[in-house]
Amino acid sequence: MPTRAAVAIVATAIAVVLLFSFKTPAQARPRTPAADVSQASPTPSASPSPTDSSAPTPTPTNPGPTYKDGTYTGQDFQNQFGDTQVKVTISGGRITNVQALQLPYDRQRSAEISQYAAPQLHDEVLQAQSAQIDSLSGATYTSDAYAQSVQSALDQAHG
Amino acid sequence: MVETTTRRIEVEHIMGTAISIDLRDAGVEDVVMETAFDWLREADARFSTYQPQSEISRLGRGEVTVEECHPDVGDVLMLCEDLREETEGVFNAWRCRPDGRLDPSGVVKGWAVERAAGILRRGGARNFCVNAGGDVVCRGEPEPGRAWRIGIRHPREAGAVAAVVHGYDLAVATSGAYERGDHIVDARTGMPSRTLLSLTVAGPSLTSADAYATAGFAMGSAGVEWVAARPGYAPFAVTASGRVQYSDAFADLLVGGNPGRSATRGR
Repeated sequence: MPTRAAVAIVATAIAVVLLFSFKTPAQARPRTPAADVSQASPTPSASPSPTDSSAPTPTPTNPGPTYKDGTYTGQDFQNQFGDTQVKVTISGGRITNVQALQLPYDRQRSAEISQYAAPQLHDEVLQAQSAQIDSLSGATYTSDAYAQSVQSALDQAHG
Repeated sequence: MVETTTRRIEVEHIMGTAISIDLRDAGVEDVVMETAFDWLREADARFSTYQPQSEISRLGRGEVTVEECHPDVGDVLMLCEDLREETEGVFNAWRCRPDGRLDPSGVVKGWAVERAAGILRRGGARNFCVNAGGDVVCRGEPEPGRAWRIGIRHPREAGAVAAVVHGYDLAVATSGAYERGDHIVDARTGMPSRTLLSLTVAGPSLTSADAYATAGFAMGSAGVEWVAARPGYAPFAVTASGRVQYSDAFADLLVGGNPGRSATRGR
């Protein structure tokens, strides 16, 4: 792996980019251009076979995994904010839609989170998709929360 | 779609989370994947602090000695002791629970999953990725000529990634309180750290990556430099104020869109 073998006390790089804020709209976060998202559906057809031996050189723009078309509905799960369930639609090998089927309104805090999360969820899952990842690292989720995780969508859509 | 690579993905619910094995090799027998899952279930049964009759629970209550337990118990306790020394007591498997019971959970998952990866390799698998509830170990490549790409979940947006790293033989572990609350404490004070939202550690082995992520997260902001000083391991943290901090070694792993390249980079 490309990590240096020996790392002394490496100074940490501090990015002043604000990754997010609860109240901040999407443009504060690094994201792919909207054009990527809107053109999402038919693009996989443009990708040559990655196993083509005549073109062995990989490039950073090498397309990521394509997904099996279909609609995947996550299980209803509960977290500290209430009930949530998402439906992910794969079309042309890419995530084209994420719909929040249930959202929490039961508590004041839940309502705040919900109102914020509902419009964001759609864009943000597309953002994860556009990053073309094979797997997702994060704080350990519970077995129940897995059902609505991006990892669960990756695992299902690959099958 | 054109299927260019053999892919088999199995997900099982073990250790209170979902563990998926994504195998990209043709010709590896199904029993190899089953053996890896069997091992993870066995480790869970032995080390679960949620099961009163697990060896670790019985050991914690003083009903059995380490010598009477499976040799793996001794191995894990050795890992815990090494980490306790390395962290000067911030990680302490004997002192991280309010009830004072033994709890090696901070190291068990990474250790068990790394060993599962060893089982897959011995079974002939060369190209695979195991994801255990967000702790990831990948080996080989997902398809010919391309490195594995591992997203790091944005701590406040389940569907967003804060960064993407890539590599051929890479382990990535993340600790944070955003999924299961304040379960990681500084054992010296018993207090959770709230200065970081998440701490991700990348490196060659998931055993160490998971241990360092747990211990470094408990240290708070000091944990970022502490992890950066571990040979071969690289930290990426999202702070409570919404900034990211990462080592030069981590920057080398980032795929494109490096969020800090254009910004001030402290030395």
